[in-house]
Amino acid sequence: MSTYAHKKGFGATIWDYLTTVDHKKIGILYLMAGGFFFLVGGLEALFIRVQLAVPNNDFVSAGLYNEILTMHGTTMIFLAAMPLIFAFMNAAVPLQIGARDVAFPFLNSLGFWLFFFGGVFLNCSWFLGGAPDAGWTSYASLTMEAHTHGVDFYILGLQISGIGTLIGGINFLVTIVNMRAPGMTYMRMPLFTWSSFVTSALILFAFPALTVGLFLLMFDRLFGANFFDVAAGGNTIIWEHLFWIFGHPEVYILILPAFGIFSEIFATFSRKRLFGYSSMVFATVLIGFLGFMVWAHHMFTVGMGPIANAIFAVATMAIAVPTGIKIFNWLFTMWGGNIKFTTPMLYAVAFIPSFVAGGVTGIMNAVAAADYQYHDSYFVVAHFHYVIVGGVVLALLAGTHYYWPKMFGTLLNETLGKITFWLFLIGFHLTFFIQHFLGLMGMPRRVFTYLPNQGWETGNLISSIGAFFMGIAVIILLINVVMTQVKNVRVGNDPWGDGRSLEWAIPSPPPFYNFKQLPLVRGLDPFWIEKMEGKTEMTPAEPLGDIHMPNPSFLPVTISFGLFVAAFGALYHVDGKDWALPVLFVGMGITLISMLLRSVKDDHGFHIHKEDFENEDKGGRA
Amino acid sequence: MASVQEKFTEMTWPSSPEKATLEAKNKFLGFWFFLGGETVLFGSLFATYLALKDKVPDSSHPLAKDLYSMDLTFAATMLLLTSSLTSVYAMYHMKNFNFQRMQAWLLITVLLGAAFLGLEIYEFNHYVHEGHKFTSSAFGSAFYSLVGFHGGHVAFGLLWILSLMVRNAKRGLDLYNAPKFYVASLYWHFIDVVWVFIFTVVYLMGMVG
Repeated sequence: MSTYAHKKGFGATIWDYLTTVDHKKIGILYLMAGGFFFLVGGLEALFIRVQLAVPNNDFVSAGLYNEILTMHGTTMIFLAAMPLIFAFMNAAVPLQIGARDVAFPFLNSLGFWLFFFGGVFLNCSWFLGGAPDAGWTSYASLTMEAHTHGVDFYILGLQISGIGTLIGGINFLVTIVNMRAPGMTYMRMPLFTWSSFVTSALILFAFPALTVGLFLLMFDRLFGANFFDVAAGGNTIIWEHLFWIFGHPEVYILILPAFGIFSEIFATFSRKRLFGYSSMVFATVLIGFLGFMVWAHHMFTVGMGPIANAIFAVATMAIAVPTGIKIFNWLFTMWGGNIKFTTPMLYAVAFIPSFVAGGVTGIMNAVAAADYQYHDSYFVVAHFHYVIVGGVVLALLAGTHYYWPKMFGTLLNETLGKITFWLFLIGFHLTFFIQHFLGLMGMPRRVFTYLPNQGWETGNLISSIGAFFMGIAVIILLINVVMTQVKNVRVGNDPWGDGRSLEWAIPSPPPFYNFKQLPLVRGLDPFWIEKMEGKTEMTPAEPLGDIHMPNPSFLPVTISFGLFVAAFGALYHVDGKDWALPVLFVGMGITLISMLLRSVKDDHGFHIHKEDFENEDKGGRA
Repeated sequence: MASVQEKFTEMTWPSSPEKATLEAKNKFLGFWFFLGGETVLFGSLFATYLALKDKVPDSSHPLAKDLYSMDLTFAATMLLLTSSLTSVYAMYHMKNFNFQRMQAWLLITVLLGAAFLGLEIYEFNHYVHEGHKFTSSAFGSAFYSLVGFHGGHVAFGLLWILSLMVRNAKRGLDLYNAPKFYVASLYWHFIDVVWVFIFTVVYLMGMVG
């Protein structure tokens, strides 16, 4: 998408993206792949709402409905929301801390390709005997009874993409600790960087629990183990614990970067320093910490007993305190600010009441005694869509508009952006607000149809109409993207005019080495400080010198592809197919040989010499 | 910042070669983070084992107190703890730029690790003949998963250290491979710490019933 790429042939551009270790291009890959899976998950959501629009509908069968419902949740969480968050982390975090790249560029690329092949593997299930159908939580009591390979696709696909996510988390932790520019202390880091930091720590400590859970499930289903077979002494509750020890931090993995994106947007378009910066940092860290203490609130009705329920209920309610701190800080950031209502700012403003509504129902669910009434009803569906769509998805849409110029060098059309915003916001509330009441009126979740005359018809019809508003909003966004890229009107360093952090001090998109000279950071909002002193760029912290850059590599693709092949072998091995075991070995062989190649071949990267920067200005490559 | 390709002598070799370049610092810190994740991984396996300990379909299956023997696990523990000590000697010589001695101590580490693995394979084989199998009970599944994951880590560590030794046999130490040796030894220590917990939680607590 950069001007540099346009000068090359199509094949060369593809090869460039397959081998890239540049965090900005990996960010674009994450945006494209995550965006694609977002469309797939969105289509699945529309199918769900069409099926439920009227009672006794037969648009899809009961079995297919279970598959669509499972894949909607799994796709949206693992293959859409997380990769899109990684897209913005890759696009913005190294720039925000004044780094030339991430700590492990090779692993960054490997993380993307593992996610990608894991996601493709999971979706292959649609064409190979049926998708997983045990819900995105895949409770063991259901998965042990699943007789197609759907659940095995879930296990192996998530295992592969989970490794990629874990690698990405470690990469960003190290990048933020080790690679900050001179003067960029922890308490000067932009809030998006802070929230990416805490999210990466959550990924590091939450994903291994899922890894173990998936291993146990795989051992039971594919290798004859008995973890969840009660007759052999097993216990299905173990899966629930392991899943939610991962699963609850997972929702904070999603929402914290969303908070970070909104913090950037509020400060930028209120043209004010973020109110209560240190309390924002404190609240982010505290939410991350408490996020690990509350997993069993998903299991109030399992029968853990009143003491366990009470402890987890109180811990859950405690999270409302740091979240409340954040909400008030955003309001006070806008207070007295010189507000500019751009598309990202509209999303940010709409996010506050939407997310607060989701938070309030969260507190209602946290009351363990009352939860027996809400559990497994549409009230819960309404709650988590209010926090995930009203929080995460609004942030991803806001971030798409906000960071588009930095990623692609063009500005999305504001009029179309605002149309998208209004359609999406109205559609969102239309779809999910009424579901609170459907739930309170007794409609259970995950039912493929319902009988008439229970008072649920109108509510479901309204909800389905709302879903199509969101669908149209996304189509307009896509039109906007195509139009903007075809027109290709280039923008400068700081297209919003009010950029505060380092990424807005360099060209859009930045050169592949990001900073010719590392910038000197003199406080929070470093670029704003320089602008207030009448300067147009950052003060350099070092003389012009040689820059060390990593080499591109195709090995991340082959390592990930090997696991993708091996997963098919593992999956069909259980059917006693002759070709399954060879396929497993060939796949693992591709992966291990690629890893060995990486080990024995020294990769020292290359240097851009300072003399080459003059050529760089003329458009050549260093 | 020192260059990775620079040739060193004993006099010019930095005192902490594992952290002398930015790449090395990143590797060092990233590996510690990775070990944090591994801690959660083993923590989950320990929790699963504790929940499923002695959970068998009927009374014909052996329980923990019928299976474990002190002699075997004590010998295995001593082998692995000693291998941790020898890997410390290897890193001592790495920091003193004495490549040959580092290689020698790493070889001893690998041999001790291989002996540990041999004992473990013997032990598993013995249990299977007593009717304690991966597929026979939830207890068996949990036991072989926890101890087997550890054994798998030992095997991977052996391959890792061996391939580092072979790969760098001819070129000696530089700032490109010193951090690689160092994080491999960190990994080896981590495996050892996990074994201390397995020895306590699985074997000692198993023997008292």
